Amino acid sequence: MKLLTHNMLTSHVKGVTKGYPLLIKATEVKVSEVEFNPQFVSRMIPKLEWSALVQAAEEVGHLNDLPTELLPDYENNEEFLRKVHRVLLEVEVLEGSLRCPESGREFPISRGIPNMLLNEDEA
Amino acid sequence: MALRCGRACQQYLLHLAQDNIDFRLPVCHNSSPFWLLNGVSEEDVRGLMERTVCAKSAFELWGQGRTHNELQSSLRKYPLEKMAPFTQRESTYKINVYTFNKTLVFQERIKKIDTLEFLPFQGKVSLKNPDHIFFLLEDYGSDPNNIPDEPLHVYFGRWIADGQRELIRSHSVKKRHFIGNTSMEAGLSFIMANHARVKAHDLVCDPFVGSGSLLVACSHFGAYVCGTDIDYNIVHGIGKASRKNQKWRGPDENIRANLRQYGTEHLYIDVLVSDSSKAIWREGPLFDAVVTDPPYGIRESTRRTGSQKEIGKPPEDLSGESHVPVSMVYQLSDIFTDLLRFAAHYLVMGGRLVYWLPVYRPEYRDEIVPQHPCLRLVSNCEQTLSSHTSRRLITMEKVKEVEDSDELALLLDSRFRPYRGHNAFREKYFSGVSKRRGKAEQSSSSDGGTDPQSE
Repeated sequence: MKLLTHNMLTSHVKGVTKGYPLLIKATEVKVSEVEFNPQFVSRMIPKLEWSALVQAAEEVGHLNDLPTELLPDYENNEEFLRKVHRVLLEVEVLEGSLRCPESGREFPISRGIPNMLLNEDEA
Repeated sequence: MALRCGRACQQYLLHLAQDNIDFRLPVCHNSSPFWLLNGVSEEDVRGLMERTVCAKSAFELWGQGRTHNELQSSLRKYPLEKMAPFTQRESTYKINVYTFNKTLVFQERIKKIDTLEFLPFQGKVSLKNPDHIFFLLEDYGSDPNNIPDEPLHVYFGRWIADGQRELIRSHSVKKRHFIGNTSMEAGLSFIMANHARVKAHDLVCDPFVGSGSLLVACSHFGAYVCGTDIDYNIVHGIGKASRKNQKWRGPDENIRANLRQYGTEHLYIDVLVSDSSKAIWREGPLFDAVVTDPPYGIRESTRRTGSQKEIGKPPEDLSGESHVPVSMVYQLSDIFTDLLRFAAHYLVMGGRLVYWLPVYRPEYRDEIVPQHPCLRLVSNCEQTLSSHTSRRLITMEKVKEVEDSDELALLLDSRFRPYRGHNAFREKYFSGVSKRRGKAEQSSSSDGGTDPQSE
C-alpha cells in the first residue's frame, strides 16, 4: 500500500464519524524507485490531506525532511516535488494493518494489499 | 461535423476497422469503412490516430469520386500548391492500392496506379522507404457475395498515420500473464479508456478491477491506476487459474505483474480488497476517471457484504484471512446505483465514468439507463451479445458536485429509480439460454450462443 492510497482511505465502520486518517501499523515497509513525474505530483497535491500525509510518513518511519506544511508555489519547486513523490509513491507498506482511530478496528495489509472488508455486523 | 469551411479547409479520410462497429461515433453507423472528416487539422488527425483502435489509417484527401473519371476530375481540381510539398523532385514516393471487399491481382493494381500518371510527381518512386506514401482506395461495397466489377467509390490521399490497432495484438489477453474469467478483450479496453478520455498524469479507479485489464489499457495512455475488488483471490492473484490447461495461478500472476508486462508498473498505485458499495474513500474529488466492467451476475457472481444471510460458501482462500463472510444477493440495479453514486462523489468535475450495462433487449428502453443528478450521459453504444441480450457501453461526465438534496432526489424522483426491470437479468439470460439449449437438443444441432464476456 502506497501512502498516496492511504491518504484517500477512511474507516467505514458503522457509526464511526471520525474515521480519518487510518492509523498505520507497519511490520514490513519497502522503498523502491519509481519514475518521477512532476506533473502527476503537482496535480495530486491539491487532492491530499497534508497533515495526514505527514503523519503517515512518520508512522512508517520515512518522514525524513518532508515539510510539515505545504509549501506555496510548489508547482515550480522540483526539490519539494521530489520529496513528495518519494513519500507518495516510493514508500510501500507490505505487511501490517490500518486501524480505525475511533473504533480500533484493524484492516490487515498483506503482500501490499489492504483488505477493507467488514463483517456483516460492522457494515 | 458539418462545419462551414473556407477555401483553406482540408478534408481527411479515415479507414475504419470492421470490428467493434458498434463503437464508432454515432455519425458513421453505416458499414462502409471509409469516413470523411472535415473541419479538423492534421494535428487533430494525428492526435486521434495516436489513441484510436477503431481506425486503421488516416489520409489527407486529395480527390474522390464514384468512378475513376470522377476521381480524376476531382484530383485535377485539388490545388497544386497543396500537392507541391509532397511532389518535389528531391523526395521519393509510393502509391499503394487498397480495395475493400475485393481482391485484385498485382497487374490490376499496377494498371490502376498507371491511371494516375497525370499527377505532378517530380520525384522518384521508392518502394522500400519512400518519403511520402499515397493510397488509392476503392470501396466495392459491403456484400461479399455480390462484388461489383467496378468500385462504388474511389479515393486518393496522402497517408498520414496508422491507428493503434497493433495494441489489440500486443495486448491480447491470450498473452497476458494474469487473466480472470472475465478479462476485457484488449480492443474494447482501449475503447473504454478513450471514451473516458484517460490521459497522462490522470488518476483512474476501477471499483470492480478483477484481473486489471482496464487498468492495463488506462496505464497505456499514461494514467496512474488503482482498483478494488471484493474477490480476495483475484486481487492477490491466487487460487484456480482461468487458463484452460492450468490448475493454479503462478507467482507472476497478479495485476501488478500485468502492468509490468507492458512496461507501465510505475503507474501502478494500489489494488485493494473491498466492497465497492462501501465508502472506503475520503469524500471529495479524487479520480479523473472511473472505468469499469461491473459483474453481470452471470459468470462472476455478484456479491456484497451485508446483513441479510444467504446460503453461500465463502470463496477459497489459501491464507486463512477473512474476506466476504456472508454474501447477500446483490441486486443488479443496486450495482449501478452504487456505481453512479461512487462516480458522483469521487470524480473530479468533468471527469468521466465509463462502464458496461447488461441489457435484456426485448425490454430495453433508453429510460432505464441509470441516471444521477450529478452525471450527464455522453454516450450509449450497444454491443449485441445474443438475440435477447446485449451490453451497452455507457459514458457519463460529472457536471455538478454532490449535494444533500441529491440523495433525496435519487430516492424520490422516478427518473433516478434505476434499471429495475432488469434486476432479474441473470434469470432472463439463463432462461433464454436454456430455452435455446432445449430447442437445440430437440433438433440435435449445436447451439452457437455467444458468451457475454468472451475474450
